[in-house]
Amino acid sequence: MIRDITIGQYYQTDSPLHKMDPRVKLVGTMLYIVSLFLFSKAAPYMLAVLFLAAVIKVSKVPFGFMVRGLKTIVYLLLITAGFNLFLTQGEVIVKFWIFTITKEGLKNAIFIAVRLVLLIIGSSLMTLTTTPNQLTDGMEKLLHPLQKLKVPVHEISMMMSIALRFIPILLEETDKIMKAQMARGADFESGNLFKKIKAMVPLLVPLFISAFRRANDLAMAMEARCYHGGEGRTKMKPLQYQKRDRIAYLVLVLYLIAIVALGKLLPF
Amino acid sequence: MTEIIKEDMLIVIDHLNCIYEAGTSMEVAALRDINLVIPKGQFVGLIGHTGSGKSSLVQHLNGLLKPTSGTIYFHGQDIFDKDYNLRELRGKVGLVFQYPEHQLFEADVFSDVCFGPKNLGLDQKEVQLRAYEALKQVGMDDDYFYQSPFDLSGGQKRRVAIAGVLAMKPEVLILDEPTAGLDPKGRDEILGLIKKLQTETGMTIVLVSHSMDDVANYVDRIIVMNKGQIMLDGVPKEVFSHVQELEAVGLAAPQVTYIMHQLSQNGFPVDTTATTIAEAKEAILKALHSI
Amino acid sequence: MNIIEAKKVLFEYIRRDEEGNVEGITTAVDNVDLQIKQGDFVAILGHNGSGKSTLAKHFNAILYPGEGTVWVDGMDTQTEENILPIRKEAGMVFQNPDNQIIGQIVEEDVGFGPENLGVETAQIWERVEESLKAVGMYEFRKKSPNKLSGGQKQRVSIAGVLAMHPKCIVLDEPTAMLDPNGRKEVIRAVRALNDVEGITVILITHYMEEVIHADRVFVMDKGRIEIEGTPREVFSQVEKLKALRLSVPEVTLLAYELKKAGLQLPDGILSAQELVEELKKLR
Repeated sequence: MIRDITIGQYYQTDSPLHKMDPRVKLVGTMLYIVSLFLFSKAAPYMLAVLFLAAVIKVSKVPFGFMVRGLKTIVYLLLITAGFNLFLTQGEVIVKFWIFTITKEGLKNAIFIAVRLVLLIIGSSLMTLTTTPNQLTDGMEKLLHPLQKLKVPVHEISMMMSIALRFIPILLEETDKIMKAQMARGADFESGNLFKKIKAMVPLLVPLFISAFRRANDLAMAMEARCYHGGEGRTKMKPLQYQKRDRIAYLVLVLYLIAIVALGKLLPF
Repeated sequence: MTEIIKEDMLIVIDHLNCIYEAGTSMEVAALRDINLVIPKGQFVGLIGHTGSGKSSLVQHLNGLLKPTSGTIYFHGQDIFDKDYNLRELRGKVGLVFQYPEHQLFEADVFSDVCFGPKNLGLDQKEVQLRAYEALKQVGMDDDYFYQSPFDLSGGQKRRVAIAGVLAMKPEVLILDEPTAGLDPKGRDEILGLIKKLQTETGMTIVLVSHSMDDVANYVDRIIVMNKGQIMLDGVPKEVFSHVQELEAVGLAAPQVTYIMHQLSQNGFPVDTTATTIAEAKEAILKALHSI
Repeated sequence: MNIIEAKKVLFEYIRRDEEGNVEGITTAVDNVDLQIKQGDFVAILGHNGSGKSTLAKHFNAILYPGEGTVWVDGMDTQTEENILPIRKEAGMVFQNPDNQIIGQIVEEDVGFGPENLGVETAQIWERVEESLKAVGMYEFRKKSPNKLSGGQKQRVSIAGVLAMHPKCIVLDEPTAMLDPNGRKEVIRAVRALNDVEGITVILITHYMEEVIHADRVFVMDKGRIEIEGTPREVFSQVEKLKALRLSVPEVTLLAYELKKAGLQLPDGILSAQELVEELKKLR
């Protein structure tokens, strides 16, 4: 049941997007999200959809895989769209019982829904094509200038990558502890909320103790391997921009110019 | 199958299959067509290396895992029947997992042992009585009762974990690798304790291990598992006589067995079925005198 | 030349109650003197709680002696500037395979040590390749450590230490959490390091079978070194080992029992082959 969570899933295949520098993908995703919020007009959205479709095509990730990510937010999507549909004031199109649908409401609902879908697919495309490790590497390098402001960028990215490594181990451990307690008659399923929370104690205590022990062991193992912070550290896989990455940045800039031009020039 | 189950057949495993990720390319058969009968009072050693399916099998015995097909009868009743009370079963088929750290959670040893019987819905007096008895059975002194279980040594933690299951008064006690990580003395103490429990209470015991040396001196019967199937099943001497087959799947017979086989190959008229040091000593002395 | 030397080393764990008052003192290492020669395969034996792991952590400057001195390759472990050079010279492998792998891919984990030492990128790749090949894990270099068996994980950890080009490697119960196959794999890899690469190995264990190939064995109890010698010398003291909560290999025990029953056998027989040869002489 815990295993069904698929946040940040990586889809392994060989595509130009997979090979791309993670920094390009991080910057690209951020700019793409920004571009979705610039205008509430049809033409820019058409371009955003086309652009995303093209990138998906390049990524070689099956479309079905991305839609799966949408399932979890389908209710959020319906509620948000519903609010906009029924609660926006303006020119009335349909009216029945206590509901009124306005022209503006309909427009808002459609735009919000499209915006959310593009946002989710766009950002999941990044996690689908980038390993967690590349992501933390990319973040570290992108945020490196902040180091001068005494922001512990290296430490943060090290913590993130260790967390990512230990998530599967701790999930497996949770499973084992649950079984060990169920073998002693523990019941994690029935009862009211208060009872369920109380039933978690025999699970959480061993889990926390184990997590602390692991943290302690790992700190010792890292020290034993001469870890002493980011200073003077070299990289086995340093990030270097290739021709491919420069082209990608260029495409990104062109997309932004196009979307601004469409939004400013066209009336719809 | 049901009609031929007899009174003393405590556990009957009938065509049990367990397949993970069925129908996908990742399909893995953890258990394949397992058929077993475990009679009341038997001390069984379940041997296999990591991934052989031995842990999966014992987790089916108390209903923690559900099979893909096939079933298990406990006292003649199908435990995977939807009306069967699995929580009650877990009180009768007690399973102690490999690492005591996965189950100890209370502030003191005594409260921790109370957890099992409390879950059975017994009244407080009975819960405490059982916890006390169980701790005595595993040889824990009163001095330890109000200590934190996390301050105990590896061997003591294991005793408390076993007591935590014994306090539910199970009919079957299953121990998954109870000696992992213990030093030789600690290992002998835990195995001795389990043997004592079996002789004193007549409890049915299933001891899961990857070491033949561990079980050779204690059990009535050895079941060897490999790749989700039962490879050998019999009394220890019989199982150990298949030295080559055991070797082929990466399991070693007890060292004594090897020595006896080597002696026999070198022309000593020794009894190669000796498995313990005492038996080997007698056999070698006898062989030397006969020459 | 001695790669590791300990002189009158004392280490105490101080337990404190919630207010910080001293509740009790456990002497984990008690006045230990020892020398380990460069290139040797040394085993330190002892039951759980005998102080062997605490002593081992002194060889890598993870712990410092309360009294006495430890030198690694001539460097005093208590001098601050020596810490990094010492940890580079004396690598350490720990018991739990999961809690010492940092990378999410095998090759990245092996590269972690060299990265910390500031080795150039091209050289890191060379070192990673040669280290993974030395422990026979090269074909797994792109795998996630979570997909490996316990024995394989430990071999990756050994490669991770090897990539730092140490003179000496300390293994703190590397096989305690493994099954017999995993144990064999790891011991084979460790022996190869010593035989082929000539690296000094210090193996801490309570499995007797892993010790019979060592050049020297130290047996610890209550923080002291109780027996010291070659495996043969050590294992001939069956009764003393039993008193120290240890056992001897089954073969040795059988030979010992036969000798007690009156057979003319030498002390400290270590392998089945040896016992068979000796018994043949008696025919």
